[in-house]
Amino acid sequence: MNDFSQAFAKALQLIFQLDPALLEIIGLSLRVSLTAVFIASLIGLPLGAALALYKFPGRGIIVALLNAFMGLPPVVVGLVVYLILSRSGPLGVLGLLFTPTAMIIAQVCLITPIVAALTRQTIMDANDEYHEQLRALGAKASRMMKTLLWETRFSLMTGVFAGFGRAIAEVGAVLIVGGNINHATRVMTTAIALETRKGDIELALALGIILITLSLIVTSLVMSAKHAAYQYHS
Amino acid sequence: MKRTLIFILILLFNISIVYAKDEVFITLSSTTSTDNSGLLDYLIPKFKNKTGINVRVIAVGTGRALLLGERGDADLVLVHHKPSEEKFISKGFGIERRDVMYNDYVIIGPKNDPANIKHLKKAVDAFKLISQSGIPFISRGDESGTHKKERELWELTGVDIDAYSGDWYREAGAGMGATLNIANAMNAYTMSDRGTWLSFKNRDQLTLLFENDPPLFNQYGIILVSPERYEHVKHKEAKLFSDWLTSAEGQQAIADFTLEGQQLFFPNASREVATSVMK
Amino acid sequence: MLHTNIIANTNTINILPLQVKNLQIVKKGNLLLNDVSLNIESNDVTIILGPNGAGKSLLLRTAHGLEAPTQGSLKWNTTVPLPQQSWRAYIFQKPVLLRRSVRANLEYVLSLHDVDKNDYDSLINSALEYTGLSSLAERNARVLSGGEQQRLNIARAWILQPKAILLDEPTAELDPSGTAAIEQLIKTIAEQGTKIIMTTHDLGQAHRLANDILFFHQGKLIEHTPAKDFFKYAQTQSARDFIDGKLLTGSIEK
Repeated sequence: MNDFSQAFAKALQLIFQLDPALLEIIGLSLRVSLTAVFIASLIGLPLGAALALYKFPGRGIIVALLNAFMGLPPVVVGLVVYLILSRSGPLGVLGLLFTPTAMIIAQVCLITPIVAALTRQTIMDANDEYHEQLRALGAKASRMMKTLLWETRFSLMTGVFAGFGRAIAEVGAVLIVGGNINHATRVMTTAIALETRKGDIELALALGIILITLSLIVTSLVMSAKHAAYQYHS
Repeated sequence: MKRTLIFILILLFNISIVYAKDEVFITLSSTTSTDNSGLLDYLIPKFKNKTGINVRVIAVGTGRALLLGERGDADLVLVHHKPSEEKFISKGFGIERRDVMYNDYVIIGPKNDPANIKHLKKAVDAFKLISQSGIPFISRGDESGTHKKERELWELTGVDIDAYSGDWYREAGAGMGATLNIANAMNAYTMSDRGTWLSFKNRDQLTLLFENDPPLFNQYGIILVSPERYEHVKHKEAKLFSDWLTSAEGQQAIADFTLEGQQLFFPNASREVATSVMK
Repeated sequence: MLHTNIIANTNTINILPLQVKNLQIVKKGNLLLNDVSLNIESNDVTIILGPNGAGKSLLLRTAHGLEAPTQGSLKWNTTVPLPQQSWRAYIFQKPVLLRRSVRANLEYVLSLHDVDKNDYDSLINSALEYTGLSSLAERNARVLSGGEQQRLNIARAWILQPKAILLDEPTAELDPSGTAAIEQLIKTIAEQGTKIIMTTHDLGQAHRLANDILFFHQGKLIEHTPAKDFFKYAQTQSARDFIDGKLLTGSIEK
């Protein structure tokens, strides 16, 4: 246990010294995952709402796929994105492999299903409650969708935060498509995996502490969003 | 509320703008042993100082490092399993293979050495005793160069290890560091490259038990990915790195790199190979 | 369209009589409204009575276009198409208010109906005043009491100056004082020339408000009579039983 407390002390030291290597890794992690969650929301929110409100051919298949993709292991997503972005793959000419863009793409694939599926559930529930009333007030379909998205904004935010939590904490996909290149594509999770492999526990632990802190922040944001949603409900 | 949300969105977007780094770089796929030991971190800045070219390293097992080359995802590979390297070249994916250096493998095990291999002279005998002792042996099990080397040694002993897989012969399917972590946790034997062992910090009950037998030596080669096969590879820049690494200056840099006071890699870019390549 | 135009329009629209001819509604094989024919001509308060499952709400919903007839027809005397349905409003038993302020809830309704933005403030303020909600204007609508919520619900209907308001058991979930406030509102609205059609379970309420009564039982219209006659001289046994508070289970006799 002495080893652990030593490693822990060193980890804290790294954090409070604002170690530049550490900051670079954290910065890239946030940049990649925030961008991914932003894009995933742009796709997932309207997609989920459309799936909840409109009937169209193929809807059942999309819903089944979304639910299946929600639990997909990140490595599988990483592998598929790798095969697509690889020079020998269909989008190889873009030269995106081993760049932050490739990592963003992989994370978007990973979390869009989460955002969309949670949005669909939320909007479906809200629609049960609001549909008749809005129709009786004279709201048209497009307006109804906008109203429902706004009315459920706090619940939807929990879905977006859940997506961010998954993105920032996953290692499998970004490792494969990013390559864990120092100063280029190394993020917190891949750095933790690497340092653990090297037996360099301090840096891994420092990154782990930051990751835990971040997910605590995200969790408390989720909880306050839920709280706000609840307050508006009661 | 609406304004806050819009503000957050704009903020997220600004954070997310990915600044394109305007630098010349090549992508080198290599093995964890060269990267984890710190060798490449030591060499690359020297090369960059001289040429202005950065080297981005993807550190994976030899198998995957070659696969990245085969798919055109790397500009050159630095690996250590000659049969695989030759296959890579004969399939037309790589050109201009050069010997760069060698390092050696060591056998790691519990301090009390329950299989009693410490005083042996030959690696094959050490492996035999381990197999007879029933003490767990942790294999990388990941088709890496190290794993392949280890399988070759087992073949020399005549022990059919596949029959003991899951028994005392455990295949980790992991990198060298992770495999050492497992060996430590299980009080088991394993075979490691010296570099990873020296830089490995979580040693605990583990110690170096056997070394310095020629079958444990491990040759590294550098291969350029064929520009005929893949037009996009940065052949010129990659060749500069290969040239530098096998030049007197590069070789000296390899020799100068030490860890815990020990030299890890021994430059041996033979003159013949180098000149034949220069033609 | 300017709001003044809406008012001008609604003033020129004569929506009565409401004519129902051989209306039949079948859902999942169940005959829920059975050959209903009626005319509503007078511009006052019509109350629909009857036991649960008699088809009261269904008729009301059909009158607001929330249900489509399986057979027969229900026609208001107007040719204004549905999107401009601001001449008619519907009040649910349990109001679904938006998660925003009382004022914003009213603004939302106006935004659905092409009302000139310059008129928003005056319209909202008069609706708030009319329903006694002025002091609650900035409160979150979802935290209002049941009675206040229903008043906002009515304000939401009244703000567009409709010619008819349809109410489905508007006081079923309210306490006596809440109920009294809503009844007073309904009375005032009716006196100012808006047609009221509502369902209720509360016979006393029917007594207090109704000018005429539609009595339904098992999907059929049994009686359509002036309220004072209905309570004194109901013509059918089932209506008399209903007034006396007996359980109606048997078949319908005329």
